[in-house]
Amino acid sequence: MDQFEVKALFGGDVSWYTPTNVTLWMALTVLAASALMIYGARGRALVPSRAQSAAEMTYGFIYNMVKDVAGHDAIRFFPYIFTLFMFVLFANLLGLIPFAFTTTSHIAVTAVLAFTVFLSVTTLGFILNGSKFLGLFWVSSAPLALRPVLALIELISYFARPISHSIRLAGAMMAGHAVAKVFAGFASALGAAFFVPVLAVTALYALELLVAVIQAYVFTILTCVYLRDALHPSH
Amino acid sequence: MEETAAPGTGMPQLDVTTFSNQIFWLVVTMVVLYYVMSRVALPRIAAVLADRRGTITSDIAAAEEFKLKAQQAEEAYKKAEAEARAEANRIVEAAKAEMQAELDTQIAKADAEIAAKAAESERRIREIRDSAMELVADVSKDITSDILGVFDTKADARTVNAAVSNRLKGSAS
Repeated sequence: MDQFEVKALFGGDVSWYTPTNVTLWMALTVLAASALMIYGARGRALVPSRAQSAAEMTYGFIYNMVKDVAGHDAIRFFPYIFTLFMFVLFANLLGLIPFAFTTTSHIAVTAVLAFTVFLSVTTLGFILNGSKFLGLFWVSSAPLALRPVLALIELISYFARPISHSIRLAGAMMAGHAVAKVFAGFASALGAAFFVPVLAVTALYALELLVAVIQAYVFTILTCVYLRDALHPSH
Repeated sequence: MEETAAPGTGMPQLDVTTFSNQIFWLVVTMVVLYYVMSRVALPRIAAVLADRRGTITSDIAAAEEFKLKAQQAEEAYKKAEAEARAEANRIVEAAKAEMQAELDTQIAKADAEIAAKAAESERRIREIRDSAMELVADVSKDITSDILGVFDTKADARTVNAAVSNRLKGSAS
Protein backbone atom coordinates (compact mmCIF):
# COMPACT_ATOMS: atom_id res chain seq x y z
CA MET A 1 0.00 0.00 0.00
CA ASP A 2 3.01 2.33 -0.25
CA GLN A 3 1.52 4.09 -3.26
CA PHE A 4 -1.00 5.69 -0.91
CA GLU A 5 1.54 6.87 1.66
CA VAL A 6 1.80 10.54 2.45
CA LYS A 7 5.48 11.50 2.46
CA ALA A 8 7.24 14.78 3.06
CA LEU A 9 8.82 16.02 -0.16
CA PHE A 10 12.07 17.11 1.44
CA GLY A 11 12.27 14.49 4.21
CA GLY A 12 11.44 14.86 7.86
CA ASP A 13 8.16 14.43 9.70
CA VAL A 14 4.75 15.27 8.26
CA SER A 15 3.15 18.13 10.13
CA TRP A 16 0.16 20.14 8.90
CA TYR A 17 2.15 22.64 6.82
CA THR A 18 4.89 20.32 5.47
CA PRO A 19 5.03 20.23 1.66
CA THR A 20 4.26 16.59 0.87
CA ASN A 21 3.42 14.53 -2.20
CA VAL A 22 -0.16 15.68 -1.49
CA THR A 23 1.00 19.25 -2.08
CA LEU A 24 2.82 18.29 -5.27
CA TRP A 25 -0.05 16.41 -6.87
CA MET A 26 -2.67 18.90 -5.84
CA ALA A 27 -0.54 21.65 -7.39
CA LEU A 28 -0.27 19.55 -10.55
CA THR A 29 -4.07 19.18 -10.51
CA VAL A 30 -4.47 22.97 -10.45
CA LEU A 31 -1.90 23.27 -13.25
CA ALA A 32 -3.63 20.64 -15.40
CA ALA A 33 -7.07 22.19 -14.91
CA SER A 34 -5.66 25.66 -15.71
CA ALA A 35 -3.84 24.27 -18.74
CA LEU A 36 -7.12 23.04 -20.21
CA MET A 37 -9.36 25.94 -19.22
CA ILE A 38 -6.94 28.86 -19.68
CA TYR A 39 -4.05 27.80 -21.90
CA GLY A 40 -6.26 25.54 -24.05
CA ALA A 41 -8.90 28.25 -24.50
CA ARG A 42 -6.39 31.11 -24.89
CA GLY A 43 -7.24 31.66 -28.59
CA ARG A 44 -10.80 32.79 -27.77
CA ALA A 45 -11.54 32.00 -31.38
CA LEU A 46 -14.95 32.13 -32.99
CA VAL A 47 -14.16 28.77 -34.55
CA PRO A 48 -12.44 26.94 -31.68
CA SER A 49 -9.28 24.87 -31.82
CA ARG A 50 -9.38 21.34 -30.45
CA ALA A 51 -8.18 22.35 -26.99
CA GLN A 52 -10.54 25.33 -26.88
CA SER A 53 -13.36 23.06 -28.00
CA ALA A 54 -12.55 20.62 -25.19
CA ALA A 55 -12.55 23.47 -22.65
CA GLU A 56 -15.86 24.80 -23.99
CA MET A 57 -17.42 21.35 -23.95
CA THR A 58 -16.34 20.84 -20.33
CA TYR A 59 -17.83 24.21 -19.48
CA GLY A 60 -21.07 23.43 -21.31
CA PHE A 61 -21.28 19.95 -19.82
CA ILE A 62 -21.11 21.17 -16.21
CA TYR A 63 -23.20 24.27 -16.94
CA ASN A 64 -26.02 22.18 -18.39
CA MET A 65 -25.71 19.69 -15.55
CA VAL A 66 -26.16 22.43 -12.96
CA LYS A 67 -29.03 23.96 -14.93
CA ASP A 68 -30.86 20.69 -15.63
CA VAL A 69 -30.33 18.98 -12.27
CA ALA A 70 -30.34 21.85 -9.79
CA GLY A 71 -32.39 24.42 -11.73
CA HIS A 72 -31.81 27.88 -13.16
CA ASP A 73 -31.39 29.56 -9.79
CA ALA A 74 -28.43 27.24 -9.05
CA ILE A 75 -26.36 28.84 -11.81
CA ARG A 76 -24.84 31.25 -9.28
CA PHE A 77 -23.12 28.24 -7.67
CA PHE A 78 -21.79 27.06 -11.04
CA PRO A 79 -18.17 28.26 -10.45
CA TYR A 80 -17.96 26.30 -7.19
CA ILE A 81 -19.42 23.13 -8.73
CA PHE A 82 -17.15 23.53 -11.74
CA THR A 83 -14.12 23.85 -9.45
CA LEU A 84 -15.16 20.67 -7.63
CA PHE A 85 -15.53 18.80 -10.93
CA MET A 86 -12.19 19.99 -12.29
CA PHE A 87 -10.39 19.11 -9.07
CA VAL A 88 -11.84 15.60 -8.79
CA LEU A 89 -11.48 14.88 -12.52
CA PHE A 90 -7.84 15.91 -12.80
CA ALA A 91 -6.87 14.42 -9.43
CA ASN A 92 -8.35 11.09 -10.58
CA LEU A 93 -6.73 11.25 -14.03
CA LEU A 94 -3.31 12.39 -12.80
CA GLY A 95 -3.40 9.61 -10.21
CA LEU A 96 -3.46 7.08 -13.06
CA ILE A 97 0.02 8.12 -14.17
CA PRO A 98 2.45 5.41 -12.98
CA PHE A 99 4.20 6.35 -9.69
CA ALA A 100 1.73 9.20 -9.22
CA PHE A 101 0.01 9.95 -5.93
CA THR A 102 -3.79 9.93 -6.07
CA THR A 103 -5.04 12.65 -3.75
CA THR A 104 -8.68 11.59 -4.19
CA SER A 105 -7.93 8.05 -2.97
CA HIS A 106 -7.65 9.51 0.54
CA ILE A 107 -10.77 9.62 2.65
CA ALA A 108 -9.46 12.75 4.40
CA VAL A 109 -9.58 14.65 1.10
CA THR A 110 -12.92 13.35 -0.18
CA ALA A 111 -14.52 13.71 3.25
CA VAL A 112 -13.55 17.38 3.43
CA LEU A 113 -15.00 17.91 -0.07
CA ALA A 114 -18.20 16.01 0.75
CA PHE A 115 -18.72 17.64 4.16
CA THR A 116 -18.11 21.07 2.70
CA VAL A 117 -20.86 20.37 0.18
CA PHE A 118 -23.10 18.89 2.90
CA LEU A 119 -22.65 21.78 5.34
CA SER A 120 -22.94 24.54 2.75
CA VAL A 121 -26.00 22.96 1.14
CA THR A 122 -27.72 22.45 4.49
CA THR A 123 -26.92 26.01 5.61
CA LEU A 124 -28.12 27.33 2.27
CA GLY A 125 -31.34 25.33 2.59
CA PHE A 126 -32.12 26.89 5.97
CA ILE A 127 -31.14 30.39 4.85
CA LEU A 128 -33.29 30.27 1.70
CA ASN A 129 -36.28 28.32 3.00
CA GLY A 130 -36.19 28.75 6.78
CA SER A 131 -38.09 26.06 8.61
CA LYS A 132 -39.72 24.99 5.34
CA PHE A 133 -36.45 23.23 4.60
CA LEU A 134 -37.51 20.61 7.14
CA GLY A 135 -40.35 19.75 4.73
CA LEU A 136 -37.67 17.77 2.93
CA PHE A 137 -38.07 15.15 5.66
CA TRP A 138 -41.84 15.39 6.00
CA VAL A 139 -43.23 13.45 3.02
CA SER A 140 -46.63 15.12 2.64
CA SER A 141 -47.73 12.76 -0.13
CA ALA A 142 -47.47 9.71 2.18
CA PRO A 143 -50.26 8.59 4.56
CA LEU A 144 -50.15 10.50 7.85
CA ALA A 145 -49.37 7.40 9.94
CA LEU A 146 -46.31 6.63 7.85
CA ARG A 147 -44.89 10.14 7.89
CA PRO A 148 -42.94 9.95 11.20
CA VAL A 149 -41.34 6.69 10.08
CA LEU A 150 -40.49 8.15 6.70
CA ALA A 151 -39.15 11.28 8.38
CA LEU A 152 -36.75 9.15 10.41
CA ILE A 153 -35.61 7.27 7.30
CA GLU A 154 -35.20 10.52 5.37
CA LEU A 155 -33.22 12.03 8.21
CA ILE A 156 -30.86 9.06 8.38
CA SER A 157 -30.42 9.02 4.60
CA TYR A 158 -29.78 12.77 4.65
CA PHE A 159 -26.97 12.42 7.17
CA ALA A 160 -25.61 9.38 5.32
CA ARG A 161 -25.18 11.55 2.23
CA PRO A 162 -21.72 13.01 2.98
CA ILE A 163 -20.46 9.61 4.08
CA SER A 164 -21.54 7.82 0.90
CA HIS A 165 -20.52 10.86 -1.14
CA SER A 166 -16.94 10.74 0.15
CA ILE A 167 -16.43 6.99 0.56
CA ARG A 168 -17.72 6.28 -2.95
CA LEU A 169 -15.01 8.42 -4.53
CA ALA A 170 -12.12 7.44 -2.27
CA GLY A 171 -13.13 3.77 -2.37
CA ALA A 172 -13.37 3.65 -6.16
CA MET A 173 -9.98 5.30 -6.54
CA MET A 174 -8.27 3.20 -3.92
CA ALA A 175 -9.77 -0.08 -5.11
CA GLY A 176 -8.68 0.48 -8.70
CA HIS A 177 -5.11 1.24 -7.73
CA ALA A 178 -4.94 -1.64 -5.25
CA VAL A 179 -6.27 -4.14 -7.80
CA ALA A 180 -3.78 -2.88 -10.39
CA LYS A 181 -0.96 -3.41 -7.91
CA VAL A 182 -2.15 -6.94 -7.03
CA PHE A 183 -2.26 -7.92 -10.71
CA ALA A 184 1.15 -6.36 -11.27
CA GLY A 185 2.48 -8.42 -8.36
CA PHE A 186 1.17 -11.60 -10.06
CA ALA A 187 3.19 -10.76 -13.19
CA SER A 188 6.51 -11.32 -11.46
CA ALA A 189 5.23 -14.41 -9.62
CA LEU A 190 3.80 -16.27 -12.64
CA GLY A 191 7.05 -16.51 -14.63
CA ALA A 192 6.39 -17.58 -18.23
CA ALA A 193 2.66 -16.82 -18.00
CA PHE A 194 3.43 -13.21 -17.07
CA PHE A 195 1.49 -11.88 -20.05
CA VAL A 196 -1.84 -12.87 -18.51
CA PRO A 197 -1.68 -10.37 -15.63
CA VAL A 198 -0.01 -7.80 -17.91
CA LEU A 199 -3.01 -7.98 -20.26
CA ALA A 200 -5.31 -7.85 -17.25
CA VAL A 201 -3.58 -4.73 -15.94
CA THR A 202 -3.86 -3.14 -19.39
CA ALA A 203 -7.60 -3.83 -19.50
CA LEU A 204 -7.94 -2.65 -15.91
CA TYR A 205 -6.13 0.58 -16.74
CA ALA A 206 -8.66 1.34 -19.47
CA LEU A 207 -11.45 0.61 -17.00
CA GLU A 208 -9.81 2.86 -14.43
CA LEU A 209 -9.68 5.73 -16.92
CA LEU A 210 -13.43 5.31 -17.31
CA VAL A 211 -13.91 5.10 -13.54
CA ALA A 212 -11.81 8.23 -13.00
CA VAL A 213 -14.09 10.26 -15.27
CA ILE A 214 -17.32 8.65 -14.08
CA GLN A 215 -16.49 9.20 -10.41
CA ALA A 216 -15.81 12.86 -11.08
CA TYR A 217 -19.15 13.03 -12.91
CA VAL A 218 -20.97 11.20 -10.09
CA PHE A 219 -19.43 13.41 -7.42
CA THR A 220 -20.52 16.53 -9.30
CA ILE A 221 -24.02 15.40 -10.16
CA LEU A 222 -24.67 14.33 -6.56
CA THR A 223 -23.57 17.80 -5.48
CA CYS A 224 -26.12 19.21 -7.92
CA VAL A 225 -28.84 16.90 -6.56
CA TYR A 226 -28.13 18.00 -2.98
CA LEU A 227 -28.14 21.61 -4.10
CA ARG A 228 -31.54 21.15 -5.74
CA ASP A 229 -32.90 19.79 -2.43
CA ALA A 230 -31.64 22.92 -0.70
CA LEU A 231 -33.16 25.26 -3.32
CA HIS A 232 -36.47 23.40 -3.75
CA PRO A 233 -37.04 21.29 -0.61
CA SER A 234 -40.62 20.31 -1.45
CA HIS A 235 -40.81 16.82 -2.90
CA MET B 1 2.37 -5.78 0.41
CA GLU B 2 1.69 -5.72 4.11
CA GLU B 3 5.44 -6.02 4.67
CA THR B 4 6.08 -2.76 2.84
CA ALA B 5 3.48 -0.81 4.82
CA ALA B 6 4.56 1.16 7.82
CA PRO B 7 4.39 -0.95 10.97
CA GLY B 8 1.31 -0.37 13.09
CA THR B 9 -0.79 1.16 10.32
CA GLY B 10 -2.67 -0.97 7.82
CA MET B 11 -3.95 1.54 5.31
CA PRO B 12 -2.22 4.92 4.84
CA GLN B 13 -5.72 6.37 4.34
CA LEU B 14 -6.49 5.72 8.02
CA ASP B 15 -3.26 7.25 9.31
CA VAL B 16 -4.77 10.13 11.23
CA THR B 17 -1.42 11.89 11.65
CA THR B 18 -1.39 12.92 7.99
CA PHE B 19 -4.98 14.23 7.94
CA SER B 20 -4.13 17.77 9.01
CA ASN B 21 -1.53 18.01 6.28
CA GLN B 22 -3.90 16.74 3.58
CA ILE B 23 -6.76 18.96 4.71
CA PHE B 24 -4.54 22.04 4.85
CA TRP B 25 -3.22 21.54 1.34
CA LEU B 26 -6.66 20.61 0.03
CA VAL B 27 -8.12 23.86 1.35
CA VAL B 28 -5.23 25.83 -0.20
CA THR B 29 -5.69 24.00 -3.50
CA MET B 30 -9.45 24.47 -3.62
CA VAL B 31 -9.20 28.19 -2.85
CA VAL B 32 -6.54 28.68 -5.53
CA LEU B 33 -8.42 26.58 -8.09
CA TYR B 34 -11.69 28.37 -7.28
CA TYR B 35 -10.12 31.78 -7.85
CA VAL B 36 -8.36 30.71 -11.04
CA MET B 37 -11.55 29.19 -12.44
CA SER B 38 -14.11 31.77 -11.34
CA ARG B 39 -11.95 34.86 -12.00
CA VAL B 40 -10.08 33.88 -15.16
CA ALA B 41 -11.17 30.72 -16.92
CA LEU B 42 -14.96 30.73 -16.65
CA PRO B 43 -15.59 34.42 -17.53
CA ARG B 44 -13.36 34.07 -20.59
CA ILE B 45 -15.11 30.97 -21.85
CA ALA B 46 -18.53 32.45 -21.09
CA ALA B 47 -17.56 35.54 -23.11
CA VAL B 48 -16.39 33.42 -26.04
CA LEU B 49 -19.59 31.36 -25.98
CA ALA B 50 -21.79 34.46 -25.80
CA ASP B 51 -19.79 36.06 -28.60
CA ARG B 52 -20.25 32.99 -30.78
CA ARG B 53 -23.97 32.81 -30.04
CA GLY B 54 -24.31 36.51 -30.93
CA THR B 55 -22.42 36.04 -34.18
CA ILE B 56 -24.51 33.05 -35.18
CA THR B 57 -27.76 34.86 -34.36
CA SER B 58 -26.80 37.97 -36.32
CA ASP B 59 -25.57 35.85 -39.24
CA ILE B 60 -28.87 34.01 -39.39
CA ALA B 61 -30.75 37.33 -39.21
CA ALA B 62 -28.61 38.72 -42.05
CA ALA B 63 -29.29 35.59 -44.11
CA GLU B 64 -33.04 36.02 -43.54
CA GLU B 65 -32.78 39.63 -44.65
CA PHE B 66 -30.90 38.67 -47.82
CA LYS B 67 -33.48 36.00 -48.57
CA LEU B 68 -36.26 38.56 -48.19
CA LYS B 69 -34.42 40.96 -50.49
CA ALA B 70 -33.96 38.24 -53.10
CA GLN B 71 -37.68 37.47 -52.95
CA GLN B 72 -38.54 41.15 -53.34
CA ALA B 73 -36.18 41.44 -56.29
CA GLU B 74 -37.78 38.41 -57.92
CA GLU B 75 -41.24 39.88 -57.40
CA ALA B 76 -40.15 43.22 -58.86
CA TYR B 77 -38.64 41.44 -61.85
CA LYS B 78 -41.82 39.47 -62.47
CA LYS B 79 -43.91 42.59 -62.15
CA ALA B 80 -41.69 44.47 -64.60
CA GLU B 81 -41.84 41.56 -67.02
CA ALA B 82 -45.64 41.46 -66.89
CA GLU B 83 -45.77 45.22 -67.41
CA ALA B 84 -43.43 45.00 -70.38
CA ARG B 85 -45.54 42.27 -71.91
CA ALA B 86 -48.73 44.31 -71.48
CA GLU B 87 -47.00 47.35 -72.96
CA ALA B 88 -45.81 45.34 -75.95
CA ASN B 89 -49.30 43.95 -76.54
CA ARG B 90 -50.75 47.42 -76.33
CA ILE B 91 -48.23 48.75 -78.86
CA VAL B 92 -48.95 45.88 -81.24
CA GLU B 93 -52.70 46.50 -80.97
CA ALA B 94 -52.27 50.22 -81.55
CA ALA B 95 -50.07 49.62 -84.57
CA LYS B 96 -52.58 47.19 -85.99
CA ALA B 97 -55.46 49.64 -85.55
CA GLU B 98 -53.44 52.47 -87.10
CA MET B 99 -52.51 50.34 -90.07
CA GLN B 100 -56.12 49.28 -90.51
CA ALA B 101 -57.30 52.88 -90.49
CA GLU B 102 -54.61 53.90 -92.98
CA LEU B 103 -55.56 50.98 -95.19
CA ASP B 104 -59.24 51.93 -95.05
CA THR B 105 -58.59 55.55 -96.04
CA GLN B 106 -56.27 54.50 -98.85
CA ILE B 107 -58.84 52.04 -100.18
CA ALA B 108 -61.55 54.69 -100.00
CA LYS B 109 -59.33 57.17 -101.81
CA ALA B 110 -58.48 54.63 -104.50
CA ASP B 111 -62.14 53.77 -104.91
CA ALA B 112 -63.01 57.45 -105.34
CA GLU B 113 -60.22 57.91 -107.87
CA ILE B 114 -61.33 54.87 -109.82
CA ALA B 115 -64.91 56.11 -109.82
CA ALA B 116 -63.80 59.57 -111.03
CA LYS B 117 -61.68 58.09 -113.77
CA ALA B 118 -64.48 55.78 -114.88
CA ALA B 119 -66.88 58.73 -115.09
CA GLU B 120 -64.34 60.74 -117.08
CA SER B 121 -63.85 57.84 -119.46
CA GLU B 122 -67.58 57.42 -119.92
CA ARG B 123 -67.96 61.09 -120.62
CA ARG B 124 -65.22 61.06 -123.24
CA ILE B 125 -66.61 57.93 -124.87
CA ARG B 126 -69.92 59.65 -125.12
CA GLU B 127 -68.29 62.75 -126.68
CA ILE B 128 -66.39 60.64 -129.16
CA ARG B 129 -69.53 58.76 -130.09
CA ASP B 130 -71.53 62.03 -130.44
CA SER B 131 -68.86 63.61 -132.65
CA ALA B 132 -68.70 60.37 -134.66
CA MET B 133 -72.48 60.52 -135.17
CA GLU B 134 -72.21 64.17 -136.31
CA LEU B 135 -69.50 63.23 -138.78
CA VAL B 136 -71.65 60.39 -140.02
CA ALA B 137 -74.55 62.82 -140.54
CA ASP B 138 -72.34 65.35 -142.36
CA VAL B 139 -70.69 62.67 -144.52
CA SER B 140 -74.14 61.16 -145.31
CA LYS B 141 -75.51 64.60 -146.35
CA ASP B 142 -72.47 65.28 -148.56
CA ILE B 143 -72.62 61.80 -150.10
CA THR B 144 -76.37 62.16 -150.67
CA SER B 145 -75.90 65.59 -152.34
CA ASP B 146 -73.12 64.11 -154.48
CA ILE B 147 -75.19 61.02 -155.47
CA LEU B 148 -78.12 63.34 -156.37
CA GLY B 149 -75.71 65.53 -158.40
CA VAL B 150 -74.54 62.50 -160.36
CA PHE B 151 -78.17 61.60 -161.29
CA ASP B 152 -78.68 65.32 -162.22
CA THR B 153 -81.52 65.54 -159.84
CA LYS B 154 -81.74 69.03 -158.45
CA ALA B 155 -82.68 69.09 -154.89
CA ASP B 156 -82.26 71.98 -152.57
CA ALA B 157 -79.91 71.36 -149.69
CA ARG B 158 -82.49 71.85 -146.95
CA THR B 159 -84.75 69.05 -148.08
CA VAL B 160 -81.82 66.65 -148.45
CA ASN B 161 -80.60 67.43 -144.99
CA ALA B 162 -83.99 66.84 -143.43
CA ALA B 163 -84.44 63.56 -145.25
CA VAL B 164 -80.98 62.30 -144.18
CA SER B 165 -81.55 63.35 -140.59
CA ASN B 166 -84.84 61.50 -140.53
CA ARG B 167 -83.27 58.34 -141.82
CA LEU B 168 -80.35 58.56 -139.43
CA LYS B 169 -82.67 59.08 -136.48
CA GLY B 170 -84.68 56.10 -137.55
CA SER B 171 -81.62 53.85 -137.87
CA ALA B 172 -80.06 55.20 -134.71
CA SER B 173 -83.14 54.62 -132.59
